[in-house]
Formats: sequence, C-alpha cells, structure tokens
Amino acid sequence: MKIGIPKESQAGERRVAATPKTVSQLRGLGYEVVVQSGAGEAASYPDAAYAAEGATIVKGVAVWKADIVTKINAPTPAEIARLGKGSTLISLLAPRLDPDLVASLVAAGVTGMAMDAVPRISRAQGLDVLSSMANISGYRAIIEAAHEFGSFFTGQVTAAGKVPPAKVFVVGAGVAGLAAIGTAMSLGAIVRATDARPEVAEQVESMGAGFVTVRSADQQVSADGYAKEMSDDYNTAAARMYAEQAPDVDIIVTTALIPGKPAPLLITGDMVASMKPGSVIVDMAAANGGNVEGAVADKMVVTANGVKIIGYTDLAGRLPTQASQLFGTNVVNLMKLVTPAKDGELVLDMDDVVVRGMTVSLAGELLWPPPPVQVSAAPVAVAAPPPTPVKEKKKASPARNITILSICAAALLALFWVSPESFLGHFMVFMLSVVIGYYVIGNVHHALHTPLMSVTNAISGIIVVGALLQIGVANTSVVVGVLAFLGILLASINVFGGFTVTQRMLAMFRRA
Amino acid sequence: MSMTLIQGSYIIAGLAFILALAGLSKHESAKSGNTYGIIGMGIALVITVLGAVIGINAVNIAQDRPGTGLPTLGLILVAVLIGAAIGVWRAKKVEMTGMPELIAMLHSFVGLAAVLVGYNSYLSATGPDDKVHLAEVFIGVFIGAVTFTGSIIAFLKLSARMKSAPLMLPGHNYINLGAVVAFLGLTVWFVLSPALWLLILMTVIALALGLHLVASIGGGDMPVVVSMLNSYSGWAAAAAGFMLNNDLLIITGALVGSSGAYLSFIMCKAMNRSFLSVIAGGFGSDGQITGPAVDYGEHREISVEGAAELLEEAHSVIITPGYGMAVAQAQYPVAELTSKLRAMGITVRFGIHPVAGRLPGHMNVLLAEAKVPYDIVLEMDEINPDFDDTDVVLVIGANDTVNPAALEDPSSPIAGMPVLEVWKARHVIVFKRSMNAGYAGVQNPLFFRENAQMLFGDAKDRVEDIIQALARARVYGEHQ
Repeated sequence: MKIGIPKESQAGERRVAATPKTVSQLRGLGYEVVVQSGAGEAASYPDAAYAAEGATIVKGVAVWKADIVTKINAPTPAEIARLGKGSTLISLLAPRLDPDLVASLVAAGVTGMAMDAVPRISRAQGLDVLSSMANISGYRAIIEAAHEFGSFFTGQVTAAGKVPPAKVFVVGAGVAGLAAIGTAMSLGAIVRATDARPEVAEQVESMGAGFVTVRSADQQVSADGYAKEMSDDYNTAAARMYAEQAPDVDIIVTTALIPGKPAPLLITGDMVASMKPGSVIVDMAAANGGNVEGAVADKMVVTANGVKIIGYTDLAGRLPTQASQLFGTNVVNLMKLVTPAKDGELVLDMDDVVVRGMTVSLAGELLWPPPPVQVSAAPVAVAAPPPTPVKEKKKASPARNITILSICAAALLALFWVSPESFLGHFMVFMLSVVIGYYVIGNVHHALHTPLMSVTNAISGIIVVGALLQIGVANTSVVVGVLAFLGILLASINVFGGFTVTQRMLAMFRRA
Repeated sequence: MSMTLIQGSYIIAGLAFILALAGLSKHESAKSGNTYGIIGMGIALVITVLGAVIGINAVNIAQDRPGTGLPTLGLILVAVLIGAAIGVWRAKKVEMTGMPELIAMLHSFVGLAAVLVGYNSYLSATGPDDKVHLAEVFIGVFIGAVTFTGSIIAFLKLSARMKSAPLMLPGHNYINLGAVVAFLGLTVWFVLSPALWLLILMTVIALALGLHLVASIGGGDMPVVVSMLNSYSGWAAAAAGFMLNNDLLIITGALVGSSGAYLSFIMCKAMNRSFLSVIAGGFGSDGQITGPAVDYGEHREISVEGAAELLEEAHSVIITPGYGMAVAQAQYPVAELTSKLRAMGITVRFGIHPVAGRLPGHMNVLLAEAKVPYDIVLEMDEINPDFDDTDVVLVIGANDTVNPAALEDPSSPIAGMPVLEVWKARHVIVFKRSMNAGYAGVQNPLFFRENAQMLFGDAKDRVEDIIQALARARVYGEHQ
C-alpha cells in the first residue's frame, strides 16, 4: 500500500508527519511512500533526503490519492474531500473536541485514526504522540520563558555582585510538566511543582524539584492516566496555594488539561497582579482556554504590572526537526502494530484496544467514542491482587525464651560438670571466638563476600598446625607420618592458594 | 623452646586473624585485612615448625614434647613447598569466573586434612584412653569428612562436571537424619570401646552424608552452599583444635565457622529461605519446581541497533548481571560498554542481587576484575528504589533474580524472594541465550512485559555488538 505525506496546511505549522529516517522504516514494513514536495522543508528535511530513502516526491495534491495519508494536524474540509473513499487518515483529530470532523470522515467513507486518542497503556506508549509532543512542549516552554526572562536561571556569585537563581513553579506534572521541570533544573533554577494527583510527587522529586502539596482531603487517583476535574474544596485550597506561590516565583508554567473539557482556570488575574514585574508565565493550556486569566492563544501579552503571559500553542512545532522525528516514529510504531506481516498491508484488528481506541471511523462507520480502557499503569488497587496474608512468625514470649535458655544452660552445665578442666578452658576460648567471628563480619560490604570467604578459607588452612605437630614424632608409625605429610601438603595448598587468590581479587577493586 | 613463647605467638596469630576478618568487611581496609591474615598465618607456621623441630618445654612435664630433628624439617618443607606451589599456581591461573569452583575445591582440602589429622590423633594417642579426646576425634573426623565430600560435589556442580539439578532421593530428609543418628550412636560406642573400624565406618557414613547433602541442593543455591561449606571447614579446624589441645586451631576454626555461618545466614535472608533447612541440606526444594502453565503471551525481540539507540537516548542505565554474564565471560565488554556510556554522560550503575552468580559477591569480583569502579556497583536494596526513574535496564544473564513473579505471584515457587525490580524502568533489555527458564525452573513473566525486549545470543558477543553499534552511530552522527 501507499502512504502519503502531505505538506501541512495550517498556518505556522513547520512539522511534518514523516522524516527521511521514518520513511525508510515505513518502507521496511513493505509500504510505498509518497511525499509532497516541500513537506519537510520547514523542519529541515529537504525533498532530496526523502528521495534518498526511497520516497517518491510528488507535486501538489496527488499525495492525497495514497491509500494511507498521515499528517500532523487534522485535515481541513477541502483536504478530506481529496481523500479517496476507503482510504485511511492518520493524524491528530481531537475527536472529543471536534465531533463534526469525525462526522465528516464518516461521511467521506474514510477510516480515521486519531494519534491523539491512543489509550494510555504501557504497550501503546510507543505510539503516544501526546506524550512525545508534550515532552518537547515542556522543554520549549522553559526556553521561551528564559528568552523573555530578564535574568539568569542559575544563581551566580560574580565580581559584579550576586545573581539570585530564578524560581520556577510548574503547575501540572504530566509529561510536559516533567519535561519543563527537567529543563528548568538543568538551567539551574529552583523548581517547584504541584499536581492534583499526589502520586506524581515522587516523580517530581525524582527530577530534583520540590513538590508543593495542596492541603485538602480530596485527592485523586486517576484510573486512565489523566487528571480529572476537582472538587470545590480542593480548588479553594489549591487557589490559596497558587496565591502564595505567585508573588514568590519568577516563572510559572501551567500545563493543566482535562481531556475533552476546557482547561481549568488556575492562575487568576489577582495572582498575576501579585507577581514581580518581569516575571514570565507560560500557559501551555492556552489552546484549550488557558489556565491563566488573561492568556491569549498564540500571543504573548504583557500585563499592566509588567508580567509576560505567553500563550503560544505551537510549542512543540517550534522544534520542528525533533518534533517531526518523534511524531514520525510514533506513526512508524503504529504502522508496525497494524502491519503484522510486514508486507505493506494494513490490518486493523478491532479486538486490539489500542487500535480500537484510535480508530474514530472505519470505512464510513462511526466508531467514536471507543469503550473505556482501564489503564493498569495507574496505581489503582484493582491491578494488584489482594495481598495474601503473610504468615506471621510467632514471636516467642520473653518468658518462653528465658525458659528455653535456662534449659540449654542447665544442659550445658551438666555436660561441663563431667568434663575435665582442660576441656572447659578450651571451650571458653571456643565460645568467645564464635561470638567474635559473628560480630567481626557483622556489617561486611556485600561486594566483599567472595574475598572474605576466600580469606577465611585460607585461614582455615590453620589445620596445618595440627598436622605439623604430628609429623616425625619418634614413637609413632609410618602411617601417621604419611598421613601427617599429606595433611601438611593439602592444608598448604589452602593457605597459599587462599591468600594469593584473595590478594588477586582485592587488587581488582577500585574506586571510580 | 618454651611453651609460653608458643602460646604467646598463638595469641598474636589469633588476634591477627580477627583483624583479618574485620579488615575484609570494608573496602578501605580489605587489603590490610589480607595482610594481617598472612602475618598471622606466618607467625603460626614458623612457631609451630620450630616447636615441632626443636621440641617444646612446658611447665607441666606431661606437655613436654621432644624435638623431631632436622630430617623432619626437611619433610615439612617439602610438603609445604609442594602445597604452596600447587596453591599459588591454581590461584594465579584461575579465571575470575572459575572462582567458585576453586574455593569449593580448597574447602575440600581443609576437610580432608581435618580427617587425616583426626586419624593421626587417634593412631598416635598414647597412654590410657581419654574419653573426651576420643569424642573430639570422632566429631572432628565427622565434620572433616562431610566438608570433604560436600565440597567435592559443590566443585563438580559448579564446574558443570555434574548435573546441577538437585538429586531427589525419596525421603532424603530421613537419610540425612539417619546418618546423624548413626553418627551419634557410633560416637557413644566409640567412646566406650574405641576401635579403628568404628572410626572408619563413621568416616564412610560421613563421606556419604556430605555427598548427599550437597547433591540434593540445586546449582542455583550454590552461593549459600559454598559459604556453608566454608563454615563447616572452620568447625572442622576447631574440632581438631580440641583434640590436639591447641587453642590457635580452636580460635581460628571458631572464627571461620561462625563468620561463615553468619554469611550464609545473611544470604538465606536475602533469598527468603530458612537458615536451618540450608544447613540440613536440600533446602527449598521439595524436588519438583513447577510453575503453573500460564500463557504469558509473546515476548518481543530487539535488534543490537535498537538496543544501542535506546542506550544512547537514555539518561540513566542500570545493569543487572547474573550468572549468565560469568558464563559468557562478558564482564570485560560490559565494563567497556559502561565506560563508553559514562563518557557519553549517561549515568550507569550496577544492581547486584545478593545471590547473583554462584558465590556470594561473585558479580562484584567479576566486575572488579574488569575494572568497573566499585562505587557504581550497588546492592539490591540500594538500587531498587531507583528503577522507577531509570531509562534502560540491561539484564545480562540474570533470570530468577529479576523475576516479578517473586513479588506478584504468591503461588510461584520463588514467591517472597526479594528481587531486583527491573520492570519498573522504562525499558528493559534482557540478554539471554534462549527462552528457557532459569535455575529455579520458573518461567519469568518479565520477558513478556510491555517494556521488556529480548536480545538473544551470547551475552559477550551481543554486548560487543552494541559497543560497535554505538561507535558507528557516533561516527555517523559526527559526519552528518
């Protein structure tokens, strides 16, 4: 089958749905690839590079006649009209927000696969463009903020005075939020983050940022990997926390999105007004209405008190080369899934929850919305089997312990009573050595188990002393002499071999 | 030579051995620990040889001992030199991967020497029968014989000259118990009416017990067995000390015995096994280890290039090696890969399961051999919390120690054993020869996880391939 890669028509879009590298991977799956001339130009992929990987370069709208068309943005009505009946379109479709688009695909008899409707299960991570684009957006959000911010991110002490580090506050620690945290951290800023899902605190802290909790009884554990709308109680507590943070920080990045709903308003005009002049806010949810009061999609606005609010919606597209590569790889991963035989034939298995979840229309049949998919990735109790009760070791009561000990002591005492005096002297030495042996290696480093064992092995060659004292004693037989000789020989192997091998091992250990 | 000089030297030697063990529990002092051991052994040997040759004068006339003269010195030197030559030769030659076998073999020598010393002590005893002495001889020979055959079996299993699967005779616990009861009975008999044939009969029983004890333990549990045999060899030396009235032997034997037992105990805890059943032999194996036949689905394979790509894009990589790395001798390529990745700015660490390999600390020794810095080699408890934010885990020749079933499947034969939680990382690449089960005979659901991919083949070759793929990618990248 033929896959077509058209040039993006949306104004300002610089990404493309396939790169020379992914073209070659698609061809590896048995597909022919047709690329519209100039499709990758804005992302620094010239036509020649595609052609070198075996793609056919076509001019104009011919690319839309391919069996499968993959692009970044949802198609315009004009573009849908160009698609052949029975063909397949793979792109962002936002089926939740744009039911009309889905309807028009159904009407056109086109199979539509929404790259932004991939179920969030681990198996499907390779196709999840929301994650891969959010990662880039999060990075770019910090870069944009740094561009507008009038100072360093990292603190410095210079001859010309001390520079305080920038404080960055990230709201929403999804993929984009975490990427923003990572970028800000690596620029040297002090980073704090918050999220309605308390379980992400660990992830935030793992990036080196601080997690700011909202003190509220109502916290959510998400079943599908996305955040939900919160209760009023929670929202009041959160607002209080945002109001505390706003005047303190220099940069705020908001990433709060709820699927299929307008973005929640988190940072109010009052909070913005409380920020220091020169502070920067990046509202990554601006396309969906914005988390910040006063944010305008695709624009940067400067408030009366000199706070810059960035509402760019094309953050991922601002890294067109990398974004295209990641998007293209997501598409390749999808094609791998739906081309089981690697023969260039598309097979849509509607029993596969990933394929089913993405397919909004199938040859003129409406398939949206798909049945809900439970994501096992979320730490919901259902995923784990109920813990089997662990048999608790019966703790011996102190009284019982004392009884047992007394019995042992009495038995030993009885034994000692009938033993000769010299034996007891030796036994004392023996007991003390046992205790010392136990304590001496009590906290042995795990890496040293083997050397320790080989040194104790060498030391246990001390048995040689016994054999030494037996050899050559005048009044004994030849047998004794021979046995003693052998004993010395064997034990010597041990002594010398053991110490040598320990030496060899220890010589290898070194510190970085 | 005065007895007090000898006793004094023994005290100093004993102290040196304590310092040796204490030194060996930390990296910083490990080398000096070994030196203390050598010093202690040197003092003990020199003073004993002198005492034997020159003769000993004790305050108590009964403990006087005539010197044996120069010919004996010659004999001793010959024996020691032959032993030393063999020992040093083996120790220099052994591959680090063959370390477990060597140590098992060395244990058997101590066991055999203890048997010989015991026989001698019985044969050369003069004067009226001392009942305590007779019992000591009997016990010493028993422990020595068990150590001897047990170590030989361990050696054969470790060097793959013998099948490592546990030998399962019906009622194996009763066989062990029967042997011990027979030993106790014979001890009483021997003490009451000593006879050489009783001693020989008991030795045969002890040899058979040693064979059976270790033969009924599977190869996967060998680390504990080797450590346990180490402990036995110490007890054998201590028993010899009792029969020879020699405090140095008692001190040293008890030190080795108790430290070895404690080390085994630590390992048992790590594997969630009962310590007692280990000492008794054939532990944890009621014979059949069969998991329920569960269909875990399909595993996925990854190419060398794919693996290299994942590594290149990673920030943090953890390598969890297992016995397979030792078998494939892959520690050098693994070390090279480590330094390559570190040079690329990727955090690389090693996660070592307490029972990885066939010897406690086996992996550490191999990695040290290949010059992997030891401060990036972490133990299970240190590294487990970090898998969550790790990009790529390379599982090299490990299986049971990374099996999620141990935590998630209460019916699994290895349920409850702490494992390296590698599956929490974003990607897991498993280096493996085939899809066969690990030593425990349990299928590993890890291989069928979404984030796990298999890289089949010899671990050494595959790691080398990855190194090359990385190099190619770099060259390509620079020319772009």
